[in-house]
Amino acid sequence: MPKMTIAEALRQGIREEMQRDKCVFCLGEDIGVPGGFGGAFTVTLGLSDEFGHERILDTPISEIGIAGVAIGAAMAGMRPIADVQYGDFLFCMMDQLANQAAKMTYMSAGTVKVPMVMRAPVGATGRGSQHAQSLEAFFTHIPGLKVLAPSTAYDAKGLLKSAVRDDNPVLIFEHKLLYGSKGGRAEKGALSPVGFVPEEEYLVPIGKGIVRREGKDVTIVGKLLTVYRALEAADQLAQIGIEAEVIDPRTLIPLDKELIYESVRKTGRLVLVEEDNLTNGWAAELAALAVDECFYWLDAPVKRVSAPDTPVPFAPPMEKFYVPSVQRIIEVVKSIF
Amino acid sequence: MAEPIEVLGNGKMLSMYRTMFMIRRFEDRVNELYMQGQIPSTLHLYVGQEAVAVGVCTNLDKDDYITSTHRPHGHAIAKGVSIKSIMAELYGKKTGCCQGKGGSMHVGDIQVGMFPAIAIVGANIPITAGAALACKFIHPGKVAVSFFGDGASNEGAFHEGLNMAAIWNLPAVFVCENNLYAASTPFTTTFKIKDVSERAAAYGMLGEIVDGNDVIAVYNAAKKATERARAGQGPTLLECKTYRQCGHSRSDPRGYRTKEEEAEWIKRDPILLLAERLLSEGNETSEDIKRIEDQVNVDIEGAIVFAKESPDTEPSDTLQHVYYG
Repeated sequence: MPKMTIAEALRQGIREEMQRDKCVFCLGEDIGVPGGFGGAFTVTLGLSDEFGHERILDTPISEIGIAGVAIGAAMAGMRPIADVQYGDFLFCMMDQLANQAAKMTYMSAGTVKVPMVMRAPVGATGRGSQHAQSLEAFFTHIPGLKVLAPSTAYDAKGLLKSAVRDDNPVLIFEHKLLYGSKGGRAEKGALSPVGFVPEEEYLVPIGKGIVRREGKDVTIVGKLLTVYRALEAADQLAQIGIEAEVIDPRTLIPLDKELIYESVRKTGRLVLVEEDNLTNGWAAELAALAVDECFYWLDAPVKRVSAPDTPVPFAPPMEKFYVPSVQRIIEVVKSIF
Repeated sequence: MAEPIEVLGNGKMLSMYRTMFMIRRFEDRVNELYMQGQIPSTLHLYVGQEAVAVGVCTNLDKDDYITSTHRPHGHAIAKGVSIKSIMAELYGKKTGCCQGKGGSMHVGDIQVGMFPAIAIVGANIPITAGAALACKFIHPGKVAVSFFGDGASNEGAFHEGLNMAAIWNLPAVFVCENNLYAASTPFTTTFKIKDVSERAAAYGMLGEIVDGNDVIAVYNAAKKATERARAGQGPTLLECKTYRQCGHSRSDPRGYRTKEEEAEWIKRDPILLLAERLLSEGNETSEDIKRIEDQVNVDIEGAIVFAKESPDTEPSDTLQHVYYG
């Protein structure tokens, strides 16, 4: 079984879906330009040589247009995979995603479908406030969208393929420090996890989370980069006798709630880790769910490890303070024992 | 100068008259029912602009696509959405074209090529480019048509959508219904240029101006534009100069324009203009026209009865159709 980075796995997934279905195509900025980057993080590198420039469609810098064209093409029978260079630019196309893509099926009483994928890189990586936000939770608040957050190469490919085949608008959030982009697009300080990816066809179902590490004392739920931070924290906590269970939901909408409840009912403690602002966030929602459904099993307050309620700062000491660290996770876990 | 009438057979002329009259009658009746409190919500009526929807849609097949706006009843009727299902939708009934999930501003029916109408100004324009891209890839010979107002052409979405349609040479027609007011704001307040169609040149696209109250002129211009699109010769920006005879929405007393201006435009009412030409240049008699109108009235009253007698939605229907399938 070959080992791949997440960028390579996504590329392989896109390639397979485009080979399988002629209605699948990619659009975005700088995704297929000869001599270009293959998208901001190399995911589509080389695909225009294989599929041509009609199916790897370079767009103007027009985020409203990218989203609008993807929606219109999807409603008329295509299966677009749109690419936004940085997740922050999703705000430029917010009307198209929130008012159009998310509502067409509903407003048509289920007669119109919008089978589109929008891929967006997130995460703080030394780029200041406008190329750094983790916006995935924002989009979980819009009924009609599905929201994915793969953190391994296996899941990235399997979820992307499921997303392409889904009849709803699906947003896939990818973390810049997890891609494993190479060459000039490599990220300083990246984790770049490499994982086994089967050569044979497989899908990862939308809506299924996974236990990344088993433990009996506390449940830690993270997503994207914070899954890895949580795993590292769990290893260190084990040295002082605390066995943490680490859950990666993989899909934020629909959420595999039962997987989380089951774990919390076992451990009695819940810590949620997100690289996003604290207030009204994803962790807050999960905490509310856990209190609703697992109250009588809880032995300690539910804790959130989030970014502060500030824009993402630029200078490395501040950025390091902003992003939840392994140390912060450990401290918070210890505080509930 | 009036467009030559010979290009159209009398059958098509009468059919266009019938549809225009149906839109007018539909809107007039809907307005009355709204004032009586029978129809909930708000309304944006198409009175005075009928020649645009009908002149354009007479060139379209069922599987060509249209996108519309917050003022969509005329487009829906012209594209062939059943008046029963539109009326029922306005009443919020389960038999409505959106089963009560859309309402006045979102009517549509994908079975006849109309997406749910899009009530965010200008947002339908890039979506039309996307539908046109799908036509180019998988439905060769089909076109996507976008209806929007002069106000929409000041949105960023207009710029992005037209530019993308132009660079990819997409089979799209962008129909700007310039009715001189964006809600209450006069055209000259928000445009430094005289005509919206001037903007086409900025995208390397063909721009045309047509008298939007002359259905034959609209028909002919749209025929050229759709034929060009179908033949792979790219998109057109078609500006139809017209006038909204009613207010922008409910309870708009129209204090921002003069009664004289309104009277001038009403003299050039598109339905009146076509009726005059049918009588003077066609072979029709006023009895023929009256027969059409009577039948339309019967159909519309039937649609109202259908809507009133249709079942209400269930509260729990709210939870359906958030996701497809």
